Amino acid sequence: MLRRNLLGAIGLATLLAAVPAFAQEQKVIAVSIPAADHGWTAGVVYHAQKAAEEINAAFPNIEVIVKTSPSATAQVSALEDLSATRQPDALVILPHSSEELTGPVQSVKDAGTFITVVDRGLTDPTIQDLYVAGDNIAVGSTTAKFLVDNLGGKGDVVVLRGIPTVIDDERIQGFEEGLEGSDIKILDIQYANWNSDEAFSLMQDYLAKYPHIDAVWANDDDMLLGVLEAIEQSGRTEIKYALGGNGMKEIIEKVKAGDAMTPIETPYPPSMIKTAIYMTAAQFNGQAPVRGTVKLDAPLITQDNADEYYFPDSPF
Amino acid sequence: MTDITAPPVREPLVQRINWVEIGPFIALVLLAVVGMLINPDFLSATNITNVVTRSAFIAIIAVGATFVISSGGLDLSVGSMAAFVTGIMIMFMNALVPSMGANAIIAGMALVLCVGALAGLFNGLIVTVGKIEPFIVTLGTMGIFRALITFMSDGGTIPIDRSLRDPFRPVYYGNLAGIPIPILVSLAVAVVGAFILYRTKFGRRCAAVGANEEVARFSGISVGRVRTIAFVIQGICVAIAAICYVPRLGAATPTTGLLWELQVITAVVIGGTALRGGKGRIWGTIAGAVILEMIANLMVLSDFISEYLVAAVQGVIIIIAMLVQRFSKQP
Repeated sequence: MLRRNLLGAIGLATLLAAVPAFAQEQKVIAVSIPAADHGWTAGVVYHAQKAAEEINAAFPNIEVIVKTSPSATAQVSALEDLSATRQPDALVILPHSSEELTGPVQSVKDAGTFITVVDRGLTDPTIQDLYVAGDNIAVGSTTAKFLVDNLGGKGDVVVLRGIPTVIDDERIQGFEEGLEGSDIKILDIQYANWNSDEAFSLMQDYLAKYPHIDAVWANDDDMLLGVLEAIEQSGRTEIKYALGGNGMKEIIEKVKAGDAMTPIETPYPPSMIKTAIYMTAAQFNGQAPVRGTVKLDAPLITQDNADEYYFPDSPF
Repeated sequence: MTDITAPPVREPLVQRINWVEIGPFIALVLLAVVGMLINPDFLSATNITNVVTRSAFIAIIAVGATFVISSGGLDLSVGSMAAFVTGIMIMFMNALVPSMGANAIIAGMALVLCVGALAGLFNGLIVTVGKIEPFIVTLGTMGIFRALITFMSDGGTIPIDRSLRDPFRPVYYGNLAGIPIPILVSLAVAVVGAFILYRTKFGRRCAAVGANEEVARFSGISVGRVRTIAFVIQGICVAIAAICYVPRLGAATPTTGLLWELQVITAVVIGGTALRGGKGRIWGTIAGAVILEMIANLMVLSDFISEYLVAAVQGVIIIIAMLVQRFSKQP
């Protein structure tokens, strides 16, 4: 008896909650992203939440829900929960991994949802209506071109790699292509797993191994922090540049301050999630068709344009 | 009568040497020789100093783990705990800077020791009072501490206040009579650890509890108390490591101390402590920690191994070291 009343009450409440949504043609944009477990994903979460706040405030007919998941499995469950409870009109997803998420996103799509994929692609690109990503090859090649120009086309550099993934491979590929035709030599290239402690150790070892290094490229700013400490401790003065990538605010601060060793930066901005959410919202408000592929460039950040890439409140 | 008072017959020298005891040190010497052959710079003072200094964190935590493991426990939470107490210490110091200036460092050190001891006590009490397998308990707290540091930092970085960087820096980068501070700290921790483990009643009880819990209980040892204290010692060691760690990069992040628990357990086991408990070897543990760091260093200094295979070679060397120890064990 009590049980039936309870079920009835829940049913009524759901109905009441759903009615205004239908009445105002409310559109729901669900955002599914990895939980913050290091600097870059922390930036993604920050920018996603900012975008949700701003869009919810600006457009009363759009509701943006942000859901973070600590693993691929958890993300699949989150997608199932979202489709079961909210039936979103659009899904903006930064997949944990391509293979595991492709099937579940396909079933969300089959229910008639608009799909925006960010950063890591799905195995089947026909699922996505919109794809927004950064340019990892440009992260490498922009940095390489800066070194070629500023080292006078010759010199010895050491490189720190991240974790063996497509992202890391593309950055290294871009860097190596950028150096082609110059006399800049990569002395060594090893993994430091995008971790500042490991980068500190690896840089100490590089310094012990090579008596002369002209520049260091860390491919990510977390690693660059470890590299800079190791260089400072060694007291070595011949190293002209130590460069990273991604756009961490501590490094952007150095660029703004005109730091001699780290005068530039290349972005692989976590704010790309914001770009994706805004573009998705555009078609629900203003009928701007947004289907397609958007590749954000990785331009050179210098003292002049650093402000544009500086987010003082972001954890990254 | 004469038989009893006769001096014991001396065994040949080779049999009197405990090979398991000195095994880790032989491995260390062998690695150093290999290193010298691979790259002459390996034995340079700077390189050796760097390697030993870097191994200090793992060494200090592993001294604590020697207690936990020899008493029959296991602590998987040390890496996450290190990140968590580091985060607490930095936030506490940053909050005190306006009123205390550089003295905030002293306050931070005192606080982190308390927090470390409490974190260890937490693990220990759940294991002993809650009667749950240490493996499961610390698997749980590993997740808890990692989540807390991620939450405290919003997934990003907790940097130390700029005004504290310079006064705190010497704790990692400074030296006393040419020996880097972290090395001195880990030696001090090892000396104290060795004294407690080999020379005190508590130390003997640790091994007794790990060797056979039932027998220990029947001989009147409070098994629960010994195990709990071992976890508290572990927590204090993590806090000491955190004190040396903070000035290195001046920040705590969600990736701080990632996988340290595995390195710590490897160092303890390479050092000759049995994973099933009953026997602890502090100095072997220290050697184990240095061996791990030295292998990583040699992999970078050598040129003939693909960067993709470095981890495999490290794994093979660790397994060989263990096999050598196993087969040279005395009856």
